[in-house]
Amino acid sequence: MMSTTVIAADSPRIAAWRIWMESALRAAIGPVAGFALFVLVWQAIAMSVPEIPTPGVTWDAARVLFADPFYDNGPNDQGIGWNVLASLRRVGIGFGLAAVVGIPTGFVMGRYAAANAMFSPLVSLLRPVSPLAWLPLGLLLFKGADLAAIWAIFICSIWPMVINTAAGVARVPQDYLNVARVLSLSEWQVMSKVLLPSVLPHILTGVRLSIGMAWLVIVAAEMLTGGTGIGFWLWDEWNNLKVEHIVVAIFVIGVVGLLLEVALVRLARHFAYREE
Amino acid sequence: MEKFVRIEHVGQTFVTPRGAFVALHDVNLTVAPGEFISLIGHSGCGKSTLLNLVAGLTRPTTGVLLCAEREITGPGPDRAVVFQNHSLLPWLTCFQNVHLAVQRVFGAKENKAQLAERTRAALELVGLAYAQGKLPGEISGGMKQRVGIARALAIEPQVLLMDEPFGALDALTRAHLQDELLKIVAATRSTVVMVTHDVDEAVLLSDRIVMLTNGPAATIGEILTVPLARPRDRVALSGDTTYLACRSAVVDFLHRRYSNPAQGATPAVASLATT
Repeated sequence: MMSTTVIAADSPRIAAWRIWMESALRAAIGPVAGFALFVLVWQAIAMSVPEIPTPGVTWDAARVLFADPFYDNGPNDQGIGWNVLASLRRVGIGFGLAAVVGIPTGFVMGRYAAANAMFSPLVSLLRPVSPLAWLPLGLLLFKGADLAAIWAIFICSIWPMVINTAAGVARVPQDYLNVARVLSLSEWQVMSKVLLPSVLPHILTGVRLSIGMAWLVIVAAEMLTGGTGIGFWLWDEWNNLKVEHIVVAIFVIGVVGLLLEVALVRLARHFAYREE
Repeated sequence: MEKFVRIEHVGQTFVTPRGAFVALHDVNLTVAPGEFISLIGHSGCGKSTLLNLVAGLTRPTTGVLLCAEREITGPGPDRAVVFQNHSLLPWLTCFQNVHLAVQRVFGAKENKAQLAERTRAALELVGLAYAQGKLPGEISGGMKQRVGIARALAIEPQVLLMDEPFGALDALTRAHLQDELLKIVAATRSTVVMVTHDVDEAVLLSDRIVMLTNGPAATIGEILTVPLARPRDRVALSGDTTYLACRSAVVDFLHRRYSNPAQGATPAVASLATT
């Protein structure tokens, strides 16, 4: 009896807010339970294997690291923030160059059967190669660790963009192209009004896969090339035997990768169109 | 009378992995200005193939097609096409879809305000001025098809080509759009070539009904003139003797003389003969 009178006293706005809170709570309960289980298992492992840091130790280490993420004590001792930014810079440059080369290449492959016949076997052959296999060639060509890492990113992120763009162009519905033909649209208008909007979602899928791949590869590449970057930092902390820092690095890499993914999914949704 | 569209000894052969396929053979047809022609026949008889030839989307293997005494060598805005599945660009609004066509045809001669006015007038003609800001994904199938018609009419084509324009719509929407098309065609005095497989639609809308024989190597089997006065009213015509006579002539052609190949009357006989 008491509770009914309380609900009746609620204004509609408060009632709506309650519903929102309840659904938010329900949405959060799964992830929270998952993380709790994860931390428990982690704690159990850490207790039986003394070399593995416990969640508590890792948390303390992370708080110290993030208290000053942007300190700079020379090239081999920089804050974790600088290292993440260094990795992001390499991914940005390598990926950007790959987009500049890969998206037009994909367009040409999708539009002209002859180009597709020429390049498609090459792409199929080179795509399964680990980008790290290209790293020595990068070192040889560019005589520098930084450029070699960018080179590896370029190689690994170009394939998804080439393949997805080509598939998108090849899959532009014939109806749309017929409309363009009946209206005798100029080649520029066919490009800007028909092909590009139609292919854009495919291109963005390629971009998303590329960025994900690039973020995977940069960590490995930096472990090999050294200098700066989150991959180098992780390896450096292994040499210093600060295992809790390695665990922090793993989380940082995961969070940055997730943020990149979410940002690109948002972007893709903005450019998506409804067919039919 | 001036011959607007001339189709002379046109044949179309497609090269397939299993050899040459003769779709059309020796098709001859002339269309007068302001005439409404329907192409009717069973599925696979090549009526859409013939329409694509007039549109210039494909080139004939033999023969020649002319529009306003000029040979058709490719697609062009003088022969606007209303596609079966509307083919609106889904990333453009209704207004932008029509405007793209208007700008292409009149952009060199007219200013922005005039182009916008043409676009708006075309949407008005099909009764969709209120939906001009909507994307194709946000409107119904019948509305999309109307935008497709508006786009085709907005560029003031010499010939309007329609490929089963109402085929994908439900019966009531289809009847409504047929009535609208009758009014629009009367108002714009358009020359129309329409592909259909709907007998009532053909009789209601057409001046002449071109009946195609079954493929392969389909050709014109018969041309029926529909002597019904315009404007035509579907309710008044439903009991009209001339209407019914035209209707039964087409039905007779389609179902008795050239029965549906898919129903397999001829193959059944053939298989009896072999056993």
